[in-house]
Amino acid sequence: MTATVGNVEPLRGRNGAMGQRVRLRVWRGSGDEGELRDYEVEAEEGEVVLDLLHRLQATHCPDLAVRWNCKAGKCGSCSAEVNGRPRLTCMTRMSLFDPEETVTVTPMRTFPVIKDLVCDVSYNYVKAREVPGFTPPAGVEPGQYRMWQRDVERSQEFRKCIECFLCQDTCHVIRDHEENKEAFSGPRFLMRVAELEMHPLDDYDGDRAEEARGEHGLGLCNITKCCTEVCPEHIRITDNALIPLKERLADRRYDPIPWLFRRRG
Amino acid sequence: MAETERHDYDVVVVGAGGAGLRAAIEARERGMRTAVLCKSLFGKAHTVMAEGGIAAAMGNVNAGDDWRVHFRDTMRGGKFLNNWRMAELHALEAPQRVWELETYGALFDRTPDGRVSQRNFGGHEYPRLAHVGDRTGLELIRTLQQRIVSLQQRDHAEHGDYEAGLRVFAEFTVTDLLREGDRMAGVVGYWRESGRFAVLRAPAVVLATGGIGKSFKVTSNSWEYTGDGHALALRAGARLINMEFVQFHPTGMVWPPSVKGILVTESVRGDGGVLRDAHGRRFMFDYVPEVFKESYADSPEEADRWYTDPDRNRRPPELLPRDEVARAINNEVKEGRGSPHGGVYLDVASRLSTEEILRRLPSMHHQFKELADVDITAQSMEVGPTCHYVMGGVEVDPDSAASAVPGLFAAGEVAGGMHGSNRLGGNSLSDLLVFGRRAGIGAAEYVVGLVRRPEVSAGEVDEAVHTALEPFDAAGVRGGENPYALHAELQQVMNRLVGIIRDGGEMCSALEQLTEIRQRAVRMTVPEGNRQFNPGWHLALDVRNMLLVSECVAAAALRRTESRGGHTREDHPRMDPNWRNRLLSCVLRGGELELSEQPQEPMRPDLMRLFSREELEKYFTAEELGVLGEPSRKR
Repeated sequence: MTATVGNVEPLRGRNGAMGQRVRLRVWRGSGDEGELRDYEVEAEEGEVVLDLLHRLQATHCPDLAVRWNCKAGKCGSCSAEVNGRPRLTCMTRMSLFDPEETVTVTPMRTFPVIKDLVCDVSYNYVKAREVPGFTPPAGVEPGQYRMWQRDVERSQEFRKCIECFLCQDTCHVIRDHEENKEAFSGPRFLMRVAELEMHPLDDYDGDRAEEARGEHGLGLCNITKCCTEVCPEHIRITDNALIPLKERLADRRYDPIPWLFRRRG
Repeated sequence: MAETERHDYDVVVVGAGGAGLRAAIEARERGMRTAVLCKSLFGKAHTVMAEGGIAAAMGNVNAGDDWRVHFRDTMRGGKFLNNWRMAELHALEAPQRVWELETYGALFDRTPDGRVSQRNFGGHEYPRLAHVGDRTGLELIRTLQQRIVSLQQRDHAEHGDYEAGLRVFAEFTVTDLLREGDRMAGVVGYWRESGRFAVLRAPAVVLATGGIGKSFKVTSNSWEYTGDGHALALRAGARLINMEFVQFHPTGMVWPPSVKGILVTESVRGDGGVLRDAHGRRFMFDYVPEVFKESYADSPEEADRWYTDPDRNRRPPELLPRDEVARAINNEVKEGRGSPHGGVYLDVASRLSTEEILRRLPSMHHQFKELADVDITAQSMEVGPTCHYVMGGVEVDPDSAASAVPGLFAAGEVAGGMHGSNRLGGNSLSDLLVFGRRAGIGAAEYVVGLVRRPEVSAGEVDEAVHTALEPFDAAGVRGGENPYALHAELQQVMNRLVGIIRDGGEMCSALEQLTEIRQRAVRMTVPEGNRQFNPGWHLALDVRNMLLVSECVAAAALRRTESRGGHTREDHPRMDPNWRNRLLSCVLRGGELELSEQPQEPMRPDLMRLFSREELEKYFTAEELGVLGEPSRKR
């Protein structure tokens, strides 16, 4: 391991000649104990942060804990903070950074660290269980579902979610306030409520918008759009999911009649 | 081991991709206490990588489609080596499995009349793939994941416990299957987070662990694809068949180096994209093999008319089965007509409008933009073959997914037979659903029929734990081997010597090198860290499995002296009807691999009659065709 910062070869070109050395600063440790450590590692053209973490594993620190699966931005496993910004490390190219810069990789701040870059994200799975699932429409046989493309598109946008939990990580409601985790499900699961609320055939007999407020803390969201900014799938979480949910609630408070006769399908 | 955590279940499902989740749903709905074990977090399985769609003959876009047509396409794609009963069940049941996903909340793209839309794909006669843009695998995994959560919510309402009937063990790796006598008794594995071991006692185990692609250097597969289920099955006494058949997807990214192998969906071609050489020439017309000449266009004009008038024109050759396209690209590059980075060009920019590309292929647009600085609405993609799928796997009973080991079931990529020598695109997701469900039923019925539940032996557990911890014992020993370095060597050997084009001499050399790596692998060490989330240790255990499975691939590939589907021999370039009805199977005896030939069960005559005699003559021996009677019969 080269835990040094000095003596780095000069770097050539932003988009990278082969075999240049770059400086990484990575959080190492378990639980609350840990420190940032500096490494120098070879980088090749076109590489992403995750490539360099893998090279660190293979050459410097075989026990460096990193989650990853697809390395193509599709599974949402390799979330971390790169220079303090929540990102998928597999989609963060080294060419984004100044070649002289030390690139700092730390675990997602909102969740407890297990080891190195791996966090305990069980909060998300707990919240997922608290959103009642899709209720199939009574009397419609499988194969008889009819929906229009323009109607499914609204929920389809939210179903692009790869559950990287970067939106949860960045959301200041829980990022800076551990105590809110109990009452607040975070953008990912408020969006899940919106997705079901907008599903053309959901036959749920409760009131999803009201549950978003009561059970999932929609009121705590003050639409700063941080979640939308970090979403690697470019889902417009705030504009298309959270604000419409808030509007549905607001409408009902003025007039209880539509609340009773909600249109379905 | 006194301190080992213990659990009791009726059914344990190893693997949480499409097949595993579907099996777990079925087992739970049939009243089984069920556990699903995933190596990754819940919902991250390799299934999310599937892009194009789920093949199912619903006939929503072309009413001419039905299960018979799908069956025929599947058998043709697999060069008639498929287990025909599996191909039949698959074609028959796939539509119900897709519709069922809608009852779980899935939202597929729609036809103008509101039904599930279907797209064209290689080897499929009609538009057949249910899809959601180019992220169909994500929709499938999320839908099944959410269905599991719904079932847990039901249990919570009833018992006050979400995990009363169905529990997901996330980031849990199985190291060994446990037996009582010759039948299943459970599994032993470790929590990746803590490195602590746990035993799950269960009379029925469903393997749904996916494939083996991480044994190859250039692959579209994720780290999880280390052949665990294949190796577990072998060590438990089951039989693997068809291991020589490995699919190289024709279009993986080739540049920049860090993304080499990442998949470029076949939908690009299904939706109109074409392959061109360095001079811009559309070369696939040169590569239509004799057996497919009748169904594929011989000029760009006819091929282009097919998109709007499929009834009076033949299909573009870009939509040949994957093995054909991969070999063609390989040859273009070899003959010096490739792109600067050793691939060919895949052009959709000149074929579809920007809006169409963004609507139909959003993930591809995003992937190339972010990873390669290429805008696919304006520029061609550079693509080349990448290891994608293994057709071989655990030999199972087609109807119940039961292996030869009582209580052991397998479904999805880890099972063998369904796809023969080559899988058609889109047939994987449908395979997961059809046989995942059947494995769930098979396991549940097996458990219901048991008189006595098997016991786990403490000695067997201790031994399994001891073996898994060996890399720690070897730490500090002189001459210890680094698992990362050994893995890289293994990948080089497989890619170079047992890759897309094979040769007897090279494979002999591969087997020697694999033996040498296996000897060194005994000395693999964990150079740093403890048992807590230690990727070096995890990889050491994975390499053990990859070595065993790679040896199966190389040994079977050396034995099969013909070329068929995902197995191409430079020294035996022809397809031989005398090999069609012979399967190569691997078992482990006394720690050594044993390869043998076994006959393929003859196809039922009513299924044979779905094909013309002329077509069957290209694949079957005269003796086999005898069941059809007089030579004049047509379908």
